[in-house]
Amino acid sequence: MNFKLRIWRQASRDARGKLTNYEIKDISPATSFLEMLDILNEQLTARGEEPVAFDSDCREGICGTCSLTINGEAHGPSHPAAACQLYMRQFNDGETVTIEPFRVRSFPMVKDLVVDRSALDRIVQAGGFVSARTGSAPEANSIPVPKHNADLAMEAAACIGCGACAAACPNASAMLFTSAKISHLALLPQGQPERSRRVLRMVRQMDQEGFGNCTNTYECEAVCPAEVSASFISKMNREYALASLRERVGE
Amino acid sequence: MIGTLESKVPPGPLPKKWRRHQNNSRLVAPNNRRRFEIIIVGTGLAGGAAAATLGEQGYNIKSFCYQDSPRRAHSIAAQGGINAAKNYPNDGDSVYRLFYDTIKGGDFRSREANVYRLAEVANAIIDQCVEQGVPFAREYGGLLANRSFGGAQVSRTFYARGQTGQQLLLGAYQALCRQIAAGTVKMFPQTEMLDLVVIDGHAKGIITRNLITGEIVRYAADAVVLATGGYGNAFYLSTNARGCNVTATYRAYKKGALFANPCYTQIHPTCIPVSGDYQSKLTLMSESLRNDGRVWVPKRREDCAKPPNDIPESDRDFYLERKYPSYGNLAPRDISSRSAKEVCDEGRGVGPGGRGVYLDFKDAISRLGETTIRERYGNLFDIYEKITGDDAYHSPMRIYPAVHYTMGGLWVDYNLMSNVPGLHVIGEANFSDHGANRLGASALMQGLADGYFVLPYTLPNYLAGQIGKRPSTDHPEFEKAENDVHARTKRMLDVNGKRSVDSFHRELGLLLWDKCGMARNAAGLQEALARIPQVRDEFWANVTVPGQGETYNQSLERAGRVADFLEFGELMCRDALARDESCGGHFREEHQTPEGEAKRDDENFADVFAWEYKGDGAQPELHREPLVFESVHLATRSYK
Repeated sequence: MNFKLRIWRQASRDARGKLTNYEIKDISPATSFLEMLDILNEQLTARGEEPVAFDSDCREGICGTCSLTINGEAHGPSHPAAACQLYMRQFNDGETVTIEPFRVRSFPMVKDLVVDRSALDRIVQAGGFVSARTGSAPEANSIPVPKHNADLAMEAAACIGCGACAAACPNASAMLFTSAKISHLALLPQGQPERSRRVLRMVRQMDQEGFGNCTNTYECEAVCPAEVSASFISKMNREYALASLRERVGE
Repeated sequence: MIGTLESKVPPGPLPKKWRRHQNNSRLVAPNNRRRFEIIIVGTGLAGGAAAATLGEQGYNIKSFCYQDSPRRAHSIAAQGGINAAKNYPNDGDSVYRLFYDTIKGGDFRSREANVYRLAEVANAIIDQCVEQGVPFAREYGGLLANRSFGGAQVSRTFYARGQTGQQLLLGAYQALCRQIAAGTVKMFPQTEMLDLVVIDGHAKGIITRNLITGEIVRYAADAVVLATGGYGNAFYLSTNARGCNVTATYRAYKKGALFANPCYTQIHPTCIPVSGDYQSKLTLMSESLRNDGRVWVPKRREDCAKPPNDIPESDRDFYLERKYPSYGNLAPRDISSRSAKEVCDEGRGVGPGGRGVYLDFKDAISRLGETTIRERYGNLFDIYEKITGDDAYHSPMRIYPAVHYTMGGLWVDYNLMSNVPGLHVIGEANFSDHGANRLGASALMQGLADGYFVLPYTLPNYLAGQIGKRPSTDHPEFEKAENDVHARTKRMLDVNGKRSVDSFHRELGLLLWDKCGMARNAAGLQEALARIPQVRDEFWANVTVPGQGETYNQSLERAGRVADFLEFGELMCRDALARDESCGGHFREEHQTPEGEAKRDDENFADVFAWEYKGDGAQPELHREPLVFESVHLATRSYK
């Protein structure tokens, strides 16, 4: 298969970026999208040009490193999947494919298709954990958890932290990401003691990082490789409302 | 320079050793802990858990990872589960059985006391993870669910869908985040360790490269912990993430740490077969699939091209069930992988190139219904469909073995300290617990055991004598190590040759897969030992690394890692050649039983092989640590 590629090239955060055209030929349909970029980079290197910087690691959709906007969609046209799970058979021969980074104000540009998503780490650092000192845990089966809650918690916990939700959102909101962690821990008995404090701190950090608000367009859910449901955002809003009320009126 | 290797295994009966060691270990008082700086490289299960735990105890931790976030370490990709001897299913499990299965699975090439300790602390890991909010699978009554896994006849594996590694890692990552927020851990993402600094024989620092700015930076500490994972990517194609590399442990080896059993690599039986030359990695299908899937190939070669559903049951060879009736499709990984290779070598493999076998769920679906199978393995079937375009609910999966895990690693004693004082090595990066073959669901157990429950007890044995001994980064050894890193980077950039970094990596990988893969023999290994230095010489004469050193440069990152693999590959082959027996994943064709099983030579090879670097171009020196078995009898493994 042959493709025309339009790829965002930007030397550094402060440099001016632009879409650059490339052609790539004789790609087998079983090639993954990122392998196609590997092949392009081999060709660029051979021609003495600088290869395209892009992020990837596990290449099986679980580490959340890859972060490409392909033809205007975060992670490309095939959902649910991370960019690394796309195969060229999902494109048409001769198609023009536009590849850009995740464009979110809170994800500063690093180079070409690579952005800095440390804002997501800082949201978790603000409270996305259970303060369980190593060695102090009770016997694992001492607190039964209804299967339904455990399964729902798992659905939220499945988030891979890629940031596609924010990239797809017209408001660059990271609410799907944040709500997934808040819901995961709020659904489990172990998460109860810090439940209020957690939602307040995580939401405030999210705002401080400059992410936008949710206006219910559901673009986040549509592109999420882990199929995290936008209903967790409503859960987060309820959790937040309750916690701020508690904070204001006291216990 | 190195005398006999002292394992420091405490005396006394096996079940009492760890408790006794804990009681006799030194302590660092809480008010003194903040006087210590500890460097931990790697943020997977072992490194993340260690950083979180030691930070919580009051030490100052500097945590490093090459990924853009500690949450992305490759532990995240582990699918199947984590073992522990909770015996919740009431099916006869015990700490002793978990220990015995693990040491037997490792073909009696691991250190008995370390393995027993691993089995002993496993239950506490489950408690800890549940408390962190890890959403393990549960029964309707709300209690934890278990499933069975290869190499065991009890159900002792805890799991979170097919994403157990992800959930355990996120638990450790969240604990780490809590310490980052508390200020006890300083996190350095996108920072790669390029050298170890050894001062007066003690590991006291590292040299790193900031992958974003290219800046080379020195860090000093009272102790250095490597939790940098395995070296499976030496083979180029493996189930490891693209960035996984041997650099940290190999650099430590070049600074005097012994590298133990580098030839022990695990080839996982259930991966999606290779589909073309451009392929960048292989994808694992969790071994848990073997609980319900049946492995087969056609009995006759001429049936191989037929669609699988057209081959009647009577013409299928369920070779694992035939050869190993009591374990069947749950035979350990090394045995299952080798059996797949055997049937493919006989010309009965299926799919492109004839390198594949079927993993069939038809019987399980008719027995349990598609819904149950979907519930158990849905995400794995989805992964399979994404990659191959095939629907495994209706026709069998095609699988083939792939490099997955490496049991070898830096040599450590019972305290998880290498022969270089101060240098500790945990998780996949060390060698100690899995012998010549790792059982499924044991990697997560070992990573978390080392990080949460072993290192925090053993590290003070070293630290207690080190108050006030942290050197400044102005020390000449830091200066020298940094200059070496600069010189090496410059040398790589200056070659300006014609071949890409990946082309060298691919060439090395194919060579290792061919000569030092699922089956090895002396002639092939010698051939590889002659060939690898040639490939390496060509690398340094003809590689092209575009860009500069002081910028974000992914080609340069890869070049450094590949350069180390090109040296390390030779050590793997040397070890495989010296180990003139078969054991676990190390199958020397010269040593097999009449049925084609691995034939150990306990008389001559019940030792750890630990290699000491003697300079570039010089032969490394072999040190042997005899494996002492006080409690188990060295049996021939039988899964029949």
